Amino acid sequence: MMKNNRYISTTTTLFSAIVLTLLLGCERNFSEDVEFASFPQNGDVFIDTFSAGLDYFPFVDGGADPEAFSVDTKEFFAGNASIRFDVPPFGVGFVGATFNTTVKRDLSSFDALTFYAKASQAADINEIGFGIEGETGNKFQVTTQNLQISTRWEKYTIPIPDPSKLFNQTGLFWLAEGAENEFDEGGYTLWFDEIKFEKTGTLGQPRPAILNGADVLQPGFVNIGQSLTGLTQTVNLESGENITVIAAPSYFDFSSSNNGVAQVNEFGNISVTGLGRTTITASLANNAAEGSLELNVESAFEFAPTPPARASVDVISVFSDAYPNVAVDYFNGFFTPDGQTTQGGSPPLDFNGDRIINYTQLNFVGIGTFLNVSPINASAMTTLHVDIKVNEAIDPGDFIRIQLLNSVGNGETSGSVTLAASDLRQDEWVSFDIPLADFTGLGDRSQIGLLFFVSDSTISDIFVDNIYYYR
Amino acid sequence: MLNRKRKIVKNTLYQVFMGLFISSFIGCDVDETQTVTTLTNVVLSEEFDTDGAPNPDVWGFDIGRGPNGDGWGNQELQYYTDRPTNVVIENGNLKITARQESFQGAGYTSARLLTKNRFEQAYGRFEARIQLPTGQGIWPAFWMLGADIDENPWPGAGEIDIMEYRGQNPTILVGSVHGPGYSAGNAISKEYELRNDRFDTGYHIFGIEWSPNAINFYVDNVLYNQITPEDVTGEWVFNKPFFLLMNVAVGGNFVGPPNIETQFPQTMLVDYVRVYN
Repeated sequence: MMKNNRYISTTTTLFSAIVLTLLLGCERNFSEDVEFASFPQNGDVFIDTFSAGLDYFPFVDGGADPEAFSVDTKEFFAGNASIRFDVPPFGVGFVGATFNTTVKRDLSSFDALTFYAKASQAADINEIGFGIEGETGNKFQVTTQNLQISTRWEKYTIPIPDPSKLFNQTGLFWLAEGAENEFDEGGYTLWFDEIKFEKTGTLGQPRPAILNGADVLQPGFVNIGQSLTGLTQTVNLESGENITVIAAPSYFDFSSSNNGVAQVNEFGNISVTGLGRTTITASLANNAAEGSLELNVESAFEFAPTPPARASVDVISVFSDAYPNVAVDYFNGFFTPDGQTTQGGSPPLDFNGDRIINYTQLNFVGIGTFLNVSPINASAMTTLHVDIKVNEAIDPGDFIRIQLLNSVGNGETSGSVTLAASDLRQDEWVSFDIPLADFTGLGDRSQIGLLFFVSDSTISDIFVDNIYYYR
Repeated sequence: MLNRKRKIVKNTLYQVFMGLFISSFIGCDVDETQTVTTLTNVVLSEEFDTDGAPNPDVWGFDIGRGPNGDGWGNQELQYYTDRPTNVVIENGNLKITARQESFQGAGYTSARLLTKNRFEQAYGRFEARIQLPTGQGIWPAFWMLGADIDENPWPGAGEIDIMEYRGQNPTILVGSVHGPGYSAGNAISKEYELRNDRFDTGYHIFGIEWSPNAINFYVDNVLYNQITPEDVTGEWVFNKPFFLLMNVAVGGNFVGPPNIETQFPQTMLVDYVRVYN
């Protein structure tokens, strides 16, 4: 066995020598510009002090406490120092920071970030990993969630999904941990030591996944982008335990079975460009990922008709991309205690700047303009316009009732108009121009504070656009 | 592979032995001086180069759940078959595949091959090049039993476990001998931990070199144990012909049951089995 190996390596050496000789013998060498810059292959992050070029960047903008961090020379796993975070109690901020280098590192020869950690009480760290790099949009971020830490020093391993991608990195270590509610852990101390990238050689059985491993079939629309979620890498550690990390899209290679229908870029963003069906799959370091997205593109996305130009004095817009909109409190009040089931509208969908409200599980939902904004004075207006598309089959008894409330909770009056099943179309936009005089019982309309859509669950999934009063 | 709970490690001699090695390493290349094996005369060479079933002149099968229907004395969960879905030669490998399926009252199927009454030999060098399966509850083995086992029941017949491994410990190999007075939990056994590598991500060579007064255990180019008559706590029974066995068990006393994270099917890839004297 060994003899064979030695023989092979001798042959390889000989072969390389011949190749090298041939290259040296050539008239022309590689030109200078094909020599790639290479960065230090230094895997150290914090051993007993900050490694070369490393700096501490607390997530101050996110509310992290910059003072929670220190170097501790009394408590350490090895050497003479560790890094220490004092996790504050609930309501006093959190621990959140990234450790980045000023000089880029080549991490491609390593397979994991490893460290020793302990806590003053059993804890789990909300998020910890590496690859926070503002300059690349965290292109190769890796996150482990809910990492359990015990009260004695133990070694932890966070695998690199594909080391070959990491040849010019600055984001070496990051974490975010805090009390998420008053019953959550807080007011304790975390220590880390011997933080470094290393080649363990003991990681195996990689199982990448997209969409958390599910095979999903959903409709797509031409020119409406989507993005892939649930991107993970699961690896078996030396201990036999599996660890799953959230891996940034750029670790994956995506493919679309029909590039005429959709393509996926390195950020996991899907561009839909044609009609038909396509299945989007992925691989990570040549391992096929579990999960797929089958897009059935039957049509271009249908937007509501664009409203006509109007003088600003002739229109008060609640929700449209055609006119300036008044401020609203919300597009969904979530009156859950009153039995509301309706989801959506918070926020509206945004199709490349064209916003649409999608209400699902509709029974009733209100758009509020009475809490923190001025009520709408529609006294001078004559008509309410709204575009509605019903995204499901319509049965004869189905309806959508539009109700207006004036002076909410203070001498309140209201009136409503019902759109019958015969007025609505499945999968088609229908424009309604409803005289305000038809809202019998409303009377005064100088302080309109709520606009309700009510279906009593007869219709559950609708698109709504271009809600405005005009004259 | 029969009843057991482990383990006694008797390795004083081994330490002396390794000490001698280490002394001899100083000043020269380790790989050039370590004598792992000495026998080179091939007497059996199963290369698994012909697709299909393994050669019936060399390999037979154990079928079922053991003579007492109790998972071969170990509460193993699989039913052994000789179906191609459990055992087949493909692409230069013998593939023994454990599957999760209901079969004859068992929840898993797999295969066990043995050379009993076909190839039996006392002494020599026995080795196989294998990529192991993985996961909680997966228990592959490459091992030997005394050829007189029908007349001289276990543990009297003797057992040499060239390779045993727990799928939940992907870097740890176990090599053992069992005999009268030192079987099951009292087997003479030693673990070898692979450094910076795993047994389930590539091929490794598992072997013994067995002479009248010693059995040397090696993996790849590392001799990691020697067991001699002085090491065993009973009669030395390794002085007569033994036959070879290969299998992938699921569950059982040695490994515990699979769990939700265990992936099926699990395949052991055997590149070759060679015997020298």
